[in-house]
Amino acid sequence: MGERTAAAIQVEGLLKSYGEVVALDRLDLEVDAGTVFGLLGPNGAGKTTLVRIVATLLRPSGGHARVLGHDVLTEPLAVRRRIGLAGQFAAIDAELTGRENLEMVGRLYRLSPAEARRRADEVLERFGLAAIADRRVSTYSGGMRRRLDLAASLTGRPPVLLLDEPTTGLDPRSRQELWAIVDELRRGGTTVLLTTQYLEEADRLAQRIAVVDHGRIAAQGSAAELKSAIGTVVLAIRLSDPATTSDARAVLADLAARDAPRIVAAAGEIRLPVSSPGASAEAVRRLDARGIPIAAVEVQQPSLDDVFLTLTGRPAHDRDSAEQQAIRESA
Amino acid sequence: MTAPPAALSERRHLTLPETLRDTRVMATRQLRKNRRRPTYIVFSFVQPVIFVLLFRYVFGGAISTGPVPYVDFLMPGVIVQTAVFGALVTGMGLTEDLKAGVVDRFRSLPMARSAVLLGRTAADMVMNVMTLIVMVLVGLAVGFRPSQPLYDLALAFVLVLAFSYVFSWISAFVGLTVRDPETAQSAGFIWVFPLTFASSAFVPTSSMPGAVRAFAQVNPVSLAVNAVRALTIGHADALPPALGTVAWLAGLLLVFIPLSVRAFRRA
Repeated sequence: MGERTAAAIQVEGLLKSYGEVVALDRLDLEVDAGTVFGLLGPNGAGKTTLVRIVATLLRPSGGHARVLGHDVLTEPLAVRRRIGLAGQFAAIDAELTGRENLEMVGRLYRLSPAEARRRADEVLERFGLAAIADRRVSTYSGGMRRRLDLAASLTGRPPVLLLDEPTTGLDPRSRQELWAIVDELRRGGTTVLLTTQYLEEADRLAQRIAVVDHGRIAAQGSAAELKSAIGTVVLAIRLSDPATTSDARAVLADLAARDAPRIVAAAGEIRLPVSSPGASAEAVRRLDARGIPIAAVEVQQPSLDDVFLTLTGRPAHDRDSAEQQAIRESA
Repeated sequence: MTAPPAALSERRHLTLPETLRDTRVMATRQLRKNRRRPTYIVFSFVQPVIFVLLFRYVFGGAISTGPVPYVDFLMPGVIVQTAVFGALVTGMGLTEDLKAGVVDRFRSLPMARSAVLLGRTAADMVMNVMTLIVMVLVGLAVGFRPSQPLYDLALAFVLVLAFSYVFSWISAFVGLTVRDPETAQSAGFIWVFPLTFASSAFVPTSSMPGAVRAFAQVNPVSLAVNAVRALTIGHADALPPALGTVAWLAGLLLVFIPLSVRAFRRA
């Protein structure tokens, strides 16, 4: 009675191009059933395109995508019976109440009216929305709307959940709540494919992470594997005088771990991936000898930021974006 | 989570009853939304009423319609125009749903994709019934006196509704193609204004220069207006324009239902 394959989502050589622009460049991916898989990458990397193809919203230019063994092109209805989709925006009707929204989606998942009602009650309870279920969504806060949107995607009990940047624009508390829900769903056996621009989000939620850049997967693995790819630890050195940054960088260059060719340097701050914590003493000695004053040295686990920069040569997100900065600051 | 049923014998298409059920769900959604926006409903009545008053009391005196009183000439025209304008709501509503991501949700659900459009156009038709009733009442208030039997009047009403329903599909196609509410609104007026004004709705086509008159005489709006006029005031034979209108509507439906459904699939 099982599905045709153990992988919940299989993507093979997926290609999507718009004329000259290639959004997905023969991408391969496999998501194990019952796990959370994080697609990490900046805007325009192809994450949303991938989710939209898996959700049968967009036709690929080439390659295959399957959900629980069902091809998105030849069996779209079978795929839709098995997925729930929640995107960056709350796709719910503001003029209707929370309960009306959920019952409607339940009906469209082909539940009977009674079953749709029962299921809506269940989901409202579970998402802490029961008290406001009969209020119009226009009176909800942003966090409540997003929770309701996620609840709506679950009214049909889909075994596979697709979340496209589910916490973009949410306040920290709502993000935490949403994270807790995703954890709970995974424990209940749901497979989750999640896209995010936030490294800590992928780190926190996903068992496997793929770093997506220019429509390709730049690296894939567990958070720990990705981090270890660039060195065991990172020395975070803060200099007293930002003017000495490039000098310090030159002095420390050959200390970097073998597989980590990049030293990340911002004015007054250097992040140096090294293979052993012992390198910190050497780094301090060298800077001292050169007369470069140090404000602080810290031995850190590499962040996914370090990973992204090492793999793609660019920071994971555009630091100029006011919205993202606000979110980072509030997080 | 329970595993979904075995995949091998799974149906790949929805049945007609399933499609109709989804259509009902979608129409209920739309009507419920409309009911909760009373100001929106009121404003959708205001515009056609203003047209009646403008033409009845501002332009009307300067327009000669021979033996037929202008108000009797005007009302069938304004009523058909209202039906066309009312159809614009369909396209604009769809672009709003597209923008809000609601269409993405619907398209990711195991529902009939055509039901989104079928439900939407059905709900808009219900709205147009109400608008038409208001128009008839306003017409009576400003002196419109239909002389024909009730049976003919009912036929005229049904013809206007059918007209508005078919134009909802054109509007749906335009909306799903331009995808943006503001653009949908301006794009809507681009095709609706020439169609409703270069017609027999407000002035007799005999007053128009040759090329415009030629267009106005085959224009489906003119045919519908002529049919409604004949069915209400009985100044001419209703059958030829009525048959012409039905032919137009059937042709437009055959073209625009598939076009709209295709545009929706790709939206």
